[in-house]
Amino acid sequence: MRMIGCVSPPTAGELSIFGLDPVADGPAIRARLGVVPQEDTLDVELTVRENLLVYGRYFGLSRAVIRERSARLLEFVQLADRAGDRVEPLSGGMKRRLTIARSLINDPDMLLLDEPTTGLDPQARHVVWDRLFRLKQQGVTLVLTTHYMDEAEQLCDRLVVMDRGRIAAEGSPRELIDRYSTPEVLELRFDPAVHENAAEKLASIPAQRREVLADRVLLYVPDGDATLGAVRSLGLEPLTSLVRRSTLEDVFLRLTGRRLED
Amino acid sequence: MTAQAPAATAPAAWPFAVRQLRFWLTDYRRTWRGSIISTVLNPLLYLGAMGLGLGTLVDKHGTAHLGGVSYLVFLAPGLLAASAMGTAVGESTYPVYGSVKWNKTYQAAVSAPLRPADLFHGHLLFVALKLTMTCSVFLAVAALFGALTSPLAIAALPVAVLTGLAFTAPIEAWTVTRSRDTSLAVVYRFGVIPLFLFSGTFFPVTQLPVWIRPVAYLTPLWHGVALCRALCLGTATLPGALLHVGYLIAVLAAGIWAGNRSYTRRLYV
Repeated sequence: MRMIGCVSPPTAGELSIFGLDPVADGPAIRARLGVVPQEDTLDVELTVRENLLVYGRYFGLSRAVIRERSARLLEFVQLADRAGDRVEPLSGGMKRRLTIARSLINDPDMLLLDEPTTGLDPQARHVVWDRLFRLKQQGVTLVLTTHYMDEAEQLCDRLVVMDRGRIAAEGSPRELIDRYSTPEVLELRFDPAVHENAAEKLASIPAQRREVLADRVLLYVPDGDATLGAVRSLGLEPLTSLVRRSTLEDVFLRLTGRRLED
Repeated sequence: MTAQAPAATAPAAWPFAVRQLRFWLTDYRRTWRGSIISTVLNPLLYLGAMGLGLGTLVDKHGTAHLGGVSYLVFLAPGLLAASAMGTAVGESTYPVYGSVKWNKTYQAAVSAPLRPADLFHGHLLFVALKLTMTCSVFLAVAALFGALTSPLAIAALPVAVLTGLAFTAPIEAWTVTRSRDTSLAVVYRFGVIPLFLFSGTFFPVTQLPVWIRPVAYLTPLWHGVALCRALCLGTATLPGALLHVGYLIAVLAAGIWAGNRSYTRRLYV
């Protein structure tokens, strides 16, 4: 991400952005990029509007252009009423939205977003998603990293699953789910006393994949309800059962494993 | 967002460093009132207490060691250079550290078209402006005290600014590499305070033990103090002036060279 943003020299291989070389043409490339870093880099001592002014000046924009765009962008990220306030007391979600507004001040051809909604409450996340989706509709290319699979599912046309610095899979969210998972997942929770016993018995149920976790058994199947019927006909009665569609999270966990990674 | 205000990202006429200078000026707008007050108070207090108060005692003892001038006249140009150092060090420690570690505004700026060296040069420009302002006020206050005796004193202004910059560039080059702010206090404890006291500001370096004098001659502050004083007293010679200016420029150039490298290493990672 930092290499695409031309603030980290490529360590190996070739990298070309807008057909330019990031090492030689960093300033020219960055003039056409918008960047939303993982950590906010706002000047918290300045006001919301001053942050946009200072940043717009970095791109050599005139005060008049910045004033016009700031008004529009603050409206867009729903911060217009806070324009004159200092940044420091703003909530995390507001700072995030201001960072997004700031990244758009130069009317970028491409927007780089590094975990744009990490640490936000659900309301704030949905506002950010909504704004990012609108940008996408307006034709801005978004490149984003995220640990939230629902975020990837909402926003991405094309996604790459990275595992320890390597590409584990690539495609649209739909394609990846089709390729690496089943249409449905049946989640079964048994009484802890019979959990292991039940899990063993389930081995006779046809499923593309089964996962026995400490508290649940997951069966990856084409038709969850039919499978649940089969489970019951074995004489097993789960405490709770849930039939759901496969998600990117299933794909991600399948590809990268359930172990904790640093 | 697209298709509005075309060509807005075309290269501007202003060099990138000036864009960063404008950032610091915007930043300064918040604090300039307090800054102006201390800029005026600082020379008033020091020249009043040391120049007039302590100076009365010193002058009774005889002024031969001071070159035959009153202590106030001796002290004022030294304090001019020393306060330039103080302003310069203040600007090149916490504000720079904060830009990398606290607010991370430097990281934000290199996501825009600016390069690390542009940030460095932009800040140097800002410090140069601020030094020009504080040193001008200092000279004006010194004139009101009657501490300036030669019209050449006006030339002490650029020399004091240069003295400050000779501190700013190398210290900033170092500050930007720091990962803990406690390091910055070391600059004051082992740099600013000893230099302030022993570089000829308050008494001639010839009063120091012979063996330590060469150390004083190596410090940029001594060169700044010596030249400012020679100009204010009207005793400056061209070779002497060239030597002092040359030394200060050499330190400044070395600092710029080091800063170009350390800024780039710190911000392109």
